[in-house]
Parts: sequence; C-alpha cells; structure tokens
Amino acid sequence: MIAGPLFRVEGLTKRYGARIGCADVSFDLWPGEVMGIVGESGSGKTTLLNCMAGQLAPDAGRVLFDMRDRGMVDTVTMSEPDRRRLARTDWAFVHQHACDGLRMGVSAGGNVGERLMAVGARHYGDIRAAAIDWLDRVEIAADRVDDRPRAFSGGMQQRLQIARNLVTGPRLVFMDEPTGGLDVSVQARLLDLLRGLVREMGLSAIVVTHDLAVVRLLADRLMVMKDGRVVETGLTDQVLDDPQHGYTQLLVSSVLQV
Amino acid sequence: MTAARHGQEREKIMIQIDNVGKEFVLHNQGGAVIPVMAGAHLTVAPGECVALVGASGAGKSTLMRMIYGNYLCDTGAIRVGGVDVAQASPREIIALRRAVLGYVSQFLRVVPRVPTVDVVAEPLLALGVAADTARARACALLARLNVPERLWSLSPTTFSGGEQQRVNIARGFVHPYPALLLDEPTASLDAANREVVLGLIEEAKARGAAIVGIFHDEGARTRVADREVDVRAFTPARAA
Repeated sequence: MIAGPLFRVEGLTKRYGARIGCADVSFDLWPGEVMGIVGESGSGKTTLLNCMAGQLAPDAGRVLFDMRDRGMVDTVTMSEPDRRRLARTDWAFVHQHACDGLRMGVSAGGNVGERLMAVGARHYGDIRAAAIDWLDRVEIAADRVDDRPRAFSGGMQQRLQIARNLVTGPRLVFMDEPTGGLDVSVQARLLDLLRGLVREMGLSAIVVTHDLAVVRLLADRLMVMKDGRVVETGLTDQVLDDPQHGYTQLLVSSVLQV
Repeated sequence: MTAARHGQEREKIMIQIDNVGKEFVLHNQGGAVIPVMAGAHLTVAPGECVALVGASGAGKSTLMRMIYGNYLCDTGAIRVGGVDVAQASPREIIALRRAVLGYVSQFLRVVPRVPTVDVVAEPLLALGVAADTARARACALLARLNVPERLWSLSPTTFSGGEQQRVNIARGFVHPYPALLLDEPTASLDAANREVVLGLIEEAKARGAAIVGIFHDEGARTRVADREVDVRAFTPARAA
C-alpha cells in the first residue's frame, strides 16, 4: 500500500541577499515518520521549515508532496489557490506561539470548527460535536468550548492550536518549536499527546526545535543544521549518542544534565 | 564450504556480525581518535543465548549498541534477520526495531508523566495491536514481574531502580521479538524477580528468540547462556 515517500525536498535553497538562509537541503520523508530538525538559533532551521511549508518562497529547489491521484507534485511551482487548499487539508502548521496559529477573538470551538467549515462541513451540530471531540482529545474540558483562547493558559492554547490543525486529518504536520516557552511539566504532557496522535493518525511530521530532549522523545530521524546547511542526518538516538560531526558533538555535549 | 551448505548455515543464523570495527573521533578534543573495536565476529542462532563477557570498558555495551543501530559501524556488517544494520537506512532500522529486534537497556527513557501501563504497551501499539489487547498484555507482564498494581497508572520516572528495571524488562518482552539484546537484565533485582526474568529469557529462547546478553550475574549467565564470547578479542591494540 505504501508506495513511496510522502514528501521529498530537493536542493532547497533560500538566501537573504548575500547571506544563506538554508542551502541545498534534500531528504525524503515517509508516511508515519517524524523528523526533527535541530541546530542553534540562526542555523536556518526555521527558514527551511517556512520554505518547505510554502510560507516562504525558496530561491532554488523543489518541495514535492504525494498528491495521491496526481502523484508527487512540486508545491513550489503549484498555483497559489492549490497551495492554500493543500495548507488547510493535507498539511498543517503548528506555530511556536499559539497566537500565530489561533484566532484569538474566536471561541475555542470556533477555532476548531472553522477549519472543518473551510473544507466544506456545513452542519452546525456535527461541527460542534467534532470540535468538542477534538477539545477532549487534547484534554480541554467541553465546558471551555465557548471560551476564547485569551482565557487559556499557554499550554492549553498550544493544545488548542494542535486540535485546530489536526481536526481536518492532515497527512503532514510542520511544527516550529511546539513545546517552546512551556513549563517542563506541560511540555511532557504535550509530547505524550503528539506521540499518541502521530501513532493513531499515521501522521508524518517535521519538527523544528533546539531542544534535544524533545527530539529524542518525538522524532524518529534527525537532521542537524549549522549555518544554513545540513551537517549530519540519521536515526535520532544514533545521532545523539554517536554524533559524527564536530558541531553535533558540541551540541550534544553542551546539554545541561538535571 | 559449498554454496548449498552455506545457504543452510545462514538460515540458522538470526544475528551475524562480520569483521566489525569502530573508533570514536572527538572533534572538539583535538580530533582525538579512540579505537574501540576491531575485527568483531559473532553469530547467534534462533533459540540461542550468547553472553558477552570481558572487563568493564572492553566493549560489551558498545557492541550491543552497534547491533541495535545506536552506534554506527566504521567497517564490517551486522545482519539481523536479513537487514544489515551497518548499511540500513534509518527507516529500515526503525522497522527492524519495531518488529524484530528488542532491546532492554540499563536505563529507562520515557516521556515523563506517561502511565507505566502505557509505557509497557507502547511497543505493541506501535505495531498496530488494539489498545485494550496491548494494555491487557502489559498488565499481565507487570503483574508477573511483581510491579504493584497501584503503580501501573503512575509514571515510572519516580520509581525505584529495581522497579524501573522491571518496567524496562516488561517493555522488552511484551512483544515476542525474534531477536533480543539484554544489557544486565537481572541487575538491581531481588531473588524472586531475578527468577521471573530468567524464566522470561528461557521462554523467549524456547520460542526461538536469538539473544545477546550482558550478565555480570554469573549464576544467571550460567543458567541462560549457551555460549560466552569474550569481547576482549575484539578490543583494538591500544597505542601506549
């Protein structure tokens, strides 16, 4: 049934003037795989993520996605309406700051429900029921469905953002520091939630983070970036336990132990 | 050896290590090169348990981590059920670990706050086993390993060393892996639980699992291991 990769990046490059954002990045992502991208601030990981997710136009390279009946299609050269449709159906994007991914003036239920309406759902009762079901899956009580995200804690906002993004059943989720800025106890709960959703929905995900503990627990594979380039890739635990590149060795050995 | 005979021999081998070598290069410490293994050979048949022996630092855990794909090989081949771990892509190693190759390490590494029963059931859920079946099997194994039932709904991160060890063992035995790596499975266990773990290892052998183990517990080693392999034979000559 699984014929090939879900997502393929070829020679992806983005420059800011003379400066390199990311350069010549290539990899395949298969259905059900979670890939972590790590590197310090300024290493180009967020630029790469935005180029892959169609939020930033790359200078060179292709970003191919398996469009089922149409096969692998380059999303860089795809028409704007097609790319927008993709972004709200098969793709999802979880922002570091929930306020970038939520509509803060709309109720929690509305935040989830409007995604369903965007893909054609029209029956109010069904939409509300689906929204409540998803709030429950991300551990937000049903009696908060009419509250606005502003009244939520940071961890709840992040869980609401995840519900809003996953309600339409995407196949690929881009995540930018999904646990950044949260208390460690809230991070753990979010990680467990994400792992369960990835497993149950067969999701593929690309997670950008600077937190090596997060990728160890969440990602199957790892890509290490420095100065816009990929310096090392491999199985997550192999890269962290037996890093080959000097920069990865430095990153791994710099983590504070608790 | 004729080709036909060679084929038969291979059928009987689950884990095969040929001429494996490794060195660590410490780029941030003057590029120091530390050779840790050279010319390692090892075969394990289904139903067989091979114990790695040798002093601390001789490379027992290193070899085990290389079989699991946790450490890279510089030379040689490590075939586990037809997959060469030394050459395989991450995707192939993930699939191998999911269905074929289990590993009980000395340390439990889990997402904090996840209940013990889910920690143990996770390998089955990853294989697509239904949640209630997976949990039932996890509970049965936790009970057999004498982990008190009141702890099952709690995260194992706060458990004692011996309890964490048993949770780790339960994870390693919850799915009938055809190949198993055991790093000190009876360390920090009392006599009764040691007996349960040795029983699990004997059952795994009886169903045909190929096992590589490190046992400092000599009695355990004598009881479950069919052969001993001294890894000092694979330790590279050290520059003085």
